[in-house]
Amino acid sequence: MPTKPDLIDVRDLSVHFGLRGGTLGRLVGRDAGVVRAVDGISVTLREGEVLGLVGESGSGKSTFGRALLGLAPATSGTIGFDGADLTSMSRSELRALRQSIQMVFQDPSAALNPSMTVAEAVGDALRVHGMKSSVERRERVVEALERVGLSPVQLFLDKYPRDLSGGQKQRVVLARAIVMGPRVLVADEPISMLDMSVRAKILQLMLDLKQDLGLSYVYITHDLASAKFFCDRIAIMYLGRIVEIGDTEEIFANPRHPYTKALLRAAPDPDPARAVAKDLPRGEVPDAAVPPLGCSFHPRCPEAVAQCGWEARDLRTLLETHWTRRTPEEYDAESAAVGSLDALARPDTSVHVGRGGADAVRSILDRIRDEEPDEPLWRGVADVTDDGAGVRVDFHPGVDPALRRAGGVDVACVLYPDDSPDDSAGG
Amino acid sequence: MTQPELDPVLEAEFQPDVTGDGPVISARDVRVWYGTTRGAIRAVDGVSFDLAPGETLGLVGESGCGKSTLGRGLMGLLPAGAKRDGEVRFRGEDVLTMSPRDAHRLRGSQLGMIFQEPMTRLNPLLRVSAHFEEAIRQHEPKLPKREVTQRALDALRMMGIPPTRYRSYPHEFSGGMRQRLMIALALVLRPAFIVADEPTTALDVLVEAQIVQILNDLRRDFRTSLLLITHNVGIVAEACDRVAVMYAGRIVEQGRVADVFAAPQHPYTRELLRSTISLRTTGLNFIPGSPPDLIDPPPGCRFAPRCPQAMAVCATTDPITIERPGGGQVECWAVGPTDLIPAGGTARLQQEELAVADEA
Ligand SMILES: Nc1ncnc2c1ncn2[C@@H]1O[C@H](COP(=O)(O)OP(=O)(O)OP(=O)(O)O)[C@@H](O)[C@H]1O
Ligand SMILES: Nc1ncnc2c1ncn2[C@@H]1O[C@H](COP(=O)(O)OP(=O)(O)O)[C@@H](O)[C@H]1O
Ligand code: SF4
Ligand code: SF4
Ligand SMILES: [Mg+2]
Ligand SMILES: [Mg+2]
Repeated sequence: MPTKPDLIDVRDLSVHFGLRGGTLGRLVGRDAGVVRAVDGISVTLREGEVLGLVGESGSGKSTFGRALLGLAPATSGTIGFDGADLTSMSRSELRALRQSIQMVFQDPSAALNPSMTVAEAVGDALRVHGMKSSVERRERVVEALERVGLSPVQLFLDKYPRDLSGGQKQRVVLARAIVMGPRVLVADEPISMLDMSVRAKILQLMLDLKQDLGLSYVYITHDLASAKFFCDRIAIMYLGRIVEIGDTEEIFANPRHPYTKALLRAAPDPDPARAVAKDLPRGEVPDAAVPPLGCSFHPRCPEAVAQCGWEARDLRTLLETHWTRRTPEEYDAESAAVGSLDALARPDTSVHVGRGGADAVRSILDRIRDEEPDEPLWRGVADVTDDGAGVRVDFHPGVDPALRRAGGVDVACVLYPDDSPDDSAGG
Repeated sequence: MTQPELDPVLEAEFQPDVTGDGPVISARDVRVWYGTTRGAIRAVDGVSFDLAPGETLGLVGESGCGKSTLGRGLMGLLPAGAKRDGEVRFRGEDVLTMSPRDAHRLRGSQLGMIFQEPMTRLNPLLRVSAHFEEAIRQHEPKLPKREVTQRALDALRMMGIPPTRYRSYPHEFSGGMRQRLMIALALVLRPAFIVADEPTTALDVLVEAQIVQILNDLRRDFRTSLLLITHNVGIVAEACDRVAVMYAGRIVEQGRVADVFAAPQHPYTRELLRSTISLRTTGLNFIPGSPPDLIDPPPGCRFAPRCPQAMAVCATTDPITIERPGGGQVECWAVGPTDLIPAGGTARLQQEELAVADEA
């Protein structure tokens, strides 16, 4: 396959949001922190390609997509498009850029102005970009509406969003996006708010538009199934980072990152014969304002090892989970010995725990360890020493894994050390 | 049905034995309609099904076909202006005709409901503990405080929420935890029947799978019967024993999930399954057009304008509910009964062409 030229070249992009108004800062026990919504992402979009960004809520997919249109300010890094750096463009340059890069949002109802007719909504961009002749505008609008299947066009031109179904609205949004003749469409969850039976129709339309107009897509979704069908390449994102990226086929045939594997296991299968019991990762996406140390995925990762970033908050989760399995009497006794868990609320790698005596606390920890010997957290515990009325738990220092080459894809996980550098024998 | 007034505490202890074979919920010809200026929206139009103890029934269909209306109708939680008809029996007792007081007693203690967006159902000003105390006290006012706490903590524990969080406020929980909180609240009174309306739609993929697993365990551990409303056929495949496919206010096919999904009889079921995008999708399929207006649905089979197998009879005569080959029920002329189709009725139906203009 000949490699197509890069259309968009993102280098080390970060978008950080300040937590203004100290409330949240105080809540999380930190002074005015930042949310690293996008945290050092490098990726290219090739001509004619569909690049998928897949991940759970808060992974930074939308922020990244908005940054591509200059709608979210880059904290650092560059976004190359047509030889220019988008992050240093002026307002008017950015406006001109929107002729080339357009965005489609998840909720078509929110994307359309309720007081504008379909014709006005689709023609508005043309007007803003200086097309004065209303006849010419009308022509382009009709052409765009026909392209998105809204025909006979006369039926739709003067309708308001409230007169349209969800699928029809999303078609209008797509018409508005293509009317300027863009080269790239950033589509942020374009089908996830739509009814199951409408999703395939809109996805088909997007395929047709790609074919007919030679578009390239950045397709943002949390749904692996549509991404698998639609994308040429997929970037799996977690908490502001790309954790795995590669050709769709390879990602699905040989998922490497534990998070990718987890997403694949979780995808519901409509064939009851294949629906098997699942070994799912625990917990949820953590607060991006105070991300886990080391690898962000470590609190949920079933394969985590010593250097994945274990810390006080993981111990807190362990104790709390343990207590969901204890009788109330046992819980009362154990929590009295352990005391307040507040000391375990911060990302520390050395922490004091307990107030009922070192022996009592140690025996609770031993008991949990006996019951859960395979719990990955134990791999991260370097030492447990007596410390006043409790014990001190020291964790191995964590490393923050960078994206590295592994078998044709790039993976950010300590389990995949780089297999390519300067190795001319490798292929 | 009249019942002697029982001491609430005793009542809780002397619940009827559930382990019998009879259905927990038995719905017959249930109808629900909303009055509007344009006429009545017949959102549920003659629905019948049974739910056995410990069984999960998945209710699927396109949006607007009446799933939520049916779920709320079974609970007696319809908005003002909605009317209902038919028969819903809970362990033999007709819930549609009972007094509001009895209905209230039944809800919460015997019938529970879980919604899509838990935050809208939780009071942000009340601690988790207060939510549980209120729920339990309403039905068992004389239960000692220690008992109340005990039961609440048990329910939370089952959902993986540690006792350390009992005094927290709802906003201090993540989305998945809030949904587990809602399930714990619905479970704390050990209801025999729960309606869950799109309980995972607002959740992250992994958390959705976790909740599906929890719902799955529910029936095994407590023999709770569950009506699981979802638009996701994958979730039905993974968490349900039986499935009911709803179209334009009617259940058009129902049966064991394995049977129905392996050999769908109704064309709508078949098309719905075919149009679902899954990891094994290699081509896109879709159903042309959209579900009909429920104020003035088409005569005969409501799916006829979109059905790839529609025949002349379909456009004039309501299909009859028949036994489904392989078990369950289906209503479709193409499945049968052939002897009731009038002469010439099997000729291919001339359908209007469906454009995007008719599309959902
Ligand atoms: N304007 C903003 N100010 C502060 N924080 C923000 C802002 N926009 C996004 N964030 C935070 O940045 C992180 C990434 O958000 P983003 O919306 O990009 O994620 P996403 O992957 O699109 O999630 P979803 O699947 O929920 O759409 C989140 O923690 C979010 O709360
Ligand atoms: N409170 C209401 N008043 C009037 N019409 C309603 C109301 N709730 C639902 N409907 C209508 O009833 C039909 C069925 O809706 P619903 O039960 O919500 O379907 P589903 O849950 O399958 O999407 C739809 O046509 C809907 O617009
Ligand atoms: S680095 Fe790899 S093994 Fe370690 S926690 Fe992250 S994903 Fe898991
Ligand atoms: S009754 Fe006729 S129109 Fe209706 S689903 Fe069956 S074949 Fe199709
Ligand atoms: Mg988003
Ligand atoms: Mg609904």
